[in-house]
Amino acid sequence: MDKLVSRLLLLAACSSAAILALIALFIFKEGVPIMARSGLGAFLLGRDWSPLQGQFGILPFIIGSLCITLGALLIGVPLGVACAVYLAEFSSPRWVNILKPAIELLAGIPSVVYGFLGVMWLAPLIRIRLGGPGLSILAASCVLAIMTLPTIVSISIDALQAVPKSYKQGSLALGATEWQTVWRVLFPAARAGILAGVILGMGRAIGETMAVIMISGNSTAIPHSALDSVRTLTANIAIEMGYATGEHRQALFATGVILFFFIMILNGAALRFARRKF
Amino acid sequence: MEAITARGLNVYYGGFHAIKDVTVSVAPRRITSLIGPSGCGKSTLLRTFNRMNDLIAGVRVTGDVEIFGRPLYGEDVHSLRRRVGMVFQRPNPFPLSVYDNVAHGPRVHGTTNGKELDEIVARSLSAVGLWETLKDRLREIALSLSGEQQQRLCFARLLAVQPEVLLMDEPCSALDPISTTRVEELMQELKKDYTIVIVTHNMQQAARVSEDCGFMLLGELVEFGRTDSIFTKPSDRRTEDYITGRYG
Ligand SMILES: Nc1ncnc2c1ncn2[C@@H]1O[C@H](COP(=O)(O)OP(=O)(O)OP(=O)(O)O)[C@@H](O)[C@H]1O
Ligand SMILES: [Mg+2]
Repeated sequence: MDKLVSRLLLLAACSSAAILALIALFIFKEGVPIMARSGLGAFLLGRDWSPLQGQFGILPFIIGSLCITLGALLIGVPLGVACAVYLAEFSSPRWVNILKPAIELLAGIPSVVYGFLGVMWLAPLIRIRLGGPGLSILAASCVLAIMTLPTIVSISIDALQAVPKSYKQGSLALGATEWQTVWRVLFPAARAGILAGVILGMGRAIGETMAVIMISGNSTAIPHSALDSVRTLTANIAIEMGYATGEHRQALFATGVILFFFIMILNGAALRFARRKF
Repeated sequence: MEAITARGLNVYYGGFHAIKDVTVSVAPRRITSLIGPSGCGKSTLLRTFNRMNDLIAGVRVTGDVEIFGRPLYGEDVHSLRRRVGMVFQRPNPFPLSVYDNVAHGPRVHGTTNGKELDEIVARSLSAVGLWETLKDRLREIALSLSGEQQQRLCFARLLAVQPEVLLMDEPCSALDPISTTRVEELMQELKKDYTIVIVTHNMQQAARVSEDCGFMLLGELVEFGRTDSIFTKPSDRRTEDYITGRYG
């Protein structure tokens, strides 16, 4: 009986890996030929995306994705970790019980709603106060930061709460303040968990499509400042897939391939960092 | 001057009266043990002396306590805890390197100079007999040490901030007998420079290591005096019952 159950579980585990492999295979099959034809370098580093002229350079989108994700992390990580520290260490359990679900609820709001708010409020604010078109890296980063908050906060809280109380006691018993204890003992102890939260948040930011299409402006030019419009890899696929045919369509699949590698590399690097001991 | 004096000390957990009107004075540079059945308030009394009880919600402390003449609540809690350190029942080194464990205390109290920290780490580890074994492993994570080494490291971590009093709550109960003997020897070394108060469930240990001994029961300090006289001719009937094994 045990054997049967374990076989079944193995099968389930294998099948999800198999589905992943199938997806990868499909995207690769569609996308790799065009990269081979135009050359990987030309595809990755080409600055010009003009499907009608047969120009498929995705450098602007790579830069767009990187800038927006980095911006989102720059805003979201300090904010999220600070929230988590406050909730896990300094607030009363009653507040945690109210606020943590409230923050987690942010994850349930459809991304189109975030995009809508960004377009209605944030983009005009940026346009009037800071200049530029408003629909920009900055606007998208701010909105994505809020979208990554629930992930970062709730996983970081769990990580901090999982740190044995004895560490905290040991530090306080030496005369350390609460802050010193958080900074020097709890953070290092919870680092792997907090990083896992950041990685998942990053995954969300880099994969987000709808909100980004609405608020990043979607310009295919390489940006020069945080106030410029950009288009991300995901947005590029979503915007053009509806009408693309032939080589154009293949180029979009190839964009997907790059996105795939992107996420693999980032996750791999981050995981490795999370596991490193010292 | 006495290391610790308490007069009319009461501790309440909400409505529960955990320490009842305790008056005691602990002599400096000696080992004082606290014995008594489970739940009698030994840990509570110990935690009062470095205000670790204050971390528990709903705790109320009344009465006078002085540490080397300074009132317990007369200075800020961080400098008090620096003077009155604590070793816990389960070794609880931080999940950091050996070096960072020992350097934590000095760092939070403002020592940032690398050379100074190196010296403190070397001195503290030597004082607990770990320097020879660990001097080449200072960057290793402390959780990879043996239980005894971990507990010694926790001693070293305390010594690094040069406290006056060391409180120990059953410091050997997670160690095997041989490690226990060695840690007891370490305590004998340390009492030359520090005042030690140790809570123990092990009456042989109390008899072996301590000069003074207090017997607690249901939150009261029933008897306090020289360890040998408590164990050979206790003046209270309840003490006698306990050490002859008539209580659990
Ligand atoms: N945080 C707390 N909240 C409420 N009551 C507590 C708390 N900690 C201890 N008590 C109660 O106070 C009394 C004394 O507890 P304490 O831990 O000081 O006993 P102890 O002598 O150290 O026991 P042991 O030998 O089992 O460690 C016990 O009755 C216990 O139930
Ligand atoms: Mg106890």
